[in-house]
Amino acid sequence: MADIVRLENIDKFYGDKIRTQVLFDINLSFEENSFNSIIGQSGSGKSTLLNLVGTLDKPTDGRIFINDQRTDTMNGIQLAELRNRTMGFIFQFHYLLPEFTAKENVLMPSRIMNYKLTPEVDQWADELLELTGLSKVKNNMANEMSGGQQQRTAIARALVNKPSIILADEPTGNLDSDTSETIYKLLRDINKEYGTTFIIITHDQRIAEKTDRIIELKDGRVDMDVRR
Amino acid sequence: MRLALKIALRFLKSGRGQTILIVLGISIGVSVQLFIGSLIQGLQINLIDTTIGSSSQVTITSTTDDKLIDNWDRIVYEAKMFEPEVTNVSVSADGPATLDYEADTAPVLIRGFDIEESNKIYNIEEGLYEGRLPGRKDEVLIGRELALITGVSSGDRILVLNPGGGSARFDVTGLYDLQVSSINESWIITNLQTAQDFLGMGNKVSSVEMQVSEVFDADVIGNRIGYAVSDPNLKVDNWKDQNQSLLSGLNGQSVSSYMIQIFVLVAVLLGISSVLAISVVQKSKQLGILKAMGIKDKEASLIFVFQGLMLGILGAIMGIAFGFGLLYSFTKFAVNPDGTPVVPVYINYGFIALSGMFAIVSAMIASLIPARISSRLNPIEVIKNG
Repeated sequence: MADIVRLENIDKFYGDKIRTQVLFDINLSFEENSFNSIIGQSGSGKSTLLNLVGTLDKPTDGRIFINDQRTDTMNGIQLAELRNRTMGFIFQFHYLLPEFTAKENVLMPSRIMNYKLTPEVDQWADELLELTGLSKVKNNMANEMSGGQQQRTAIARALVNKPSIILADEPTGNLDSDTSETIYKLLRDINKEYGTTFIIITHDQRIAEKTDRIIELKDGRVDMDVRR
Repeated sequence: MRLALKIALRFLKSGRGQTILIVLGISIGVSVQLFIGSLIQGLQINLIDTTIGSSSQVTITSTTDDKLIDNWDRIVYEAKMFEPEVTNVSVSADGPATLDYEADTAPVLIRGFDIEESNKIYNIEEGLYEGRLPGRKDEVLIGRELALITGVSSGDRILVLNPGGGSARFDVTGLYDLQVSSINESWIITNLQTAQDFLGMGNKVSSVEMQVSEVFDADVIGNRIGYAVSDPNLKVDNWKDQNQSLLSGLNGQSVSSYMIQIFVLVAVLLGISSVLAISVVQKSKQLGILKAMGIKDKEASLIFVFQGLMLGILGAIMGIAFGFGLLYSFTKFAVNPDGTPVVPVYINYGFIALSGMFAIVSAMIASLIPARISSRLNPIEVIKNG
């Protein structure tokens, strides 16, 4: 299958005066429709790697391709559009906008793309809320929901623009194990149903084992890359 | 654009306490500006009105030996060509005389006017508190103070001596009070012909007096009239040249009023700016995720510009309302014994609109700093897993 994300010879340094190298010559690619996990100790460079793929950060050296488009040379406006159309982010914290309701939060990426809502988008948002089990609370303000509901709202939000890639950084890090289980099932279902590529950072071995591919980072290098 | 507006509105709504405080701050600034501005303007207009409102603002006199103007018809015609700048034109035949009354004599000034025209300048009719205006020849008005000194009242006949030794008897048809005691004490107002005959002027007059629509342009208008008339024997005076100290006083007052207004504005501007800058920090998580989701830097900064704009508009409206409240209470509570306000307040809608606009513009300028911070915010600084 074709690669949707390709990283070539990625180096990443932090700091101006004291330069710390966090990634060393990373070469990785991710296939379309795949469900991948990245594991590793804290400080191993997993989040940095994910931020580079997500174009939130730029590599010090090397090239990054998303859908065969080189991203490390794009300007801010191009990157904003790319993120908006092709990527969905799920973080450890939900980062919902507390000033808006659950459904308004879900619709936010669509509003950013095009302020006017089409009936199709509106219906799609309702479907996502149904899928994530949030139909009853969709008109609640973001901070009037439980932690699990908030995280599921964030997942629905990541999906609303039908992105080809979902980048998730410890998406269940803040949740109890039962809720985590439900959320992984949900992500897996979405992966199967919509063919969305997932790259998930996790420290939970049990969850990592359920993914198609486990990449382990150690001190900024790929230590292990297992496909099942 | 519309998303930024929507987010701005929600941010303001969610931080209600902060929004109310900042709007209150702006509105107090606007109301103080409006109050001080209107008060000073009212004071100045009142002062100018009392000083020169009922007197000649541009006066043409003669420099010939007899100090008399012969061809005054032409001057009046030229002056009237300046309409609408020249609002009122009147000629007068003036001369000193002595009023001989029962016990003593009193020095007086005979002022012969075209009563109808000069009434527009001096508001004689308004000041008439007894009797009627002189209509026929040898009818006169005398002022309140002169009437008190001499014991003359409306309907009496007075004896007046001219400097040449001649004398005449005039009928007093009424008593006036022009609010200036030196005038009330000395002027004997009559029609042009009576004064000309009594003073032996023939058909000449001693001055042409006029009022202009823009009192502060009196010098310019005076010069133009002088140029138009271009007679070396005539001298054109204006009130500004004759009241230099009043003018510099007014100027000083205006400058200090502007200074106060500017400092109030600066204080408001700094207040809004700091509150909005804090709100960028408060909303940095929201901005971070919005940027991760693909909102562009420009749109992210627009959120704060819109907040500034909305705060400015709300503050301006409330400030104008407060300002009117202040002015109203001032006219009700700061009053003279007779119930009139100490300073008549002048409502200048242009000025009010301007100070409202200033508030809105300053709120927008104040929002530029937070807008810049917001535009430069990097999402990964905010979105870091703990």
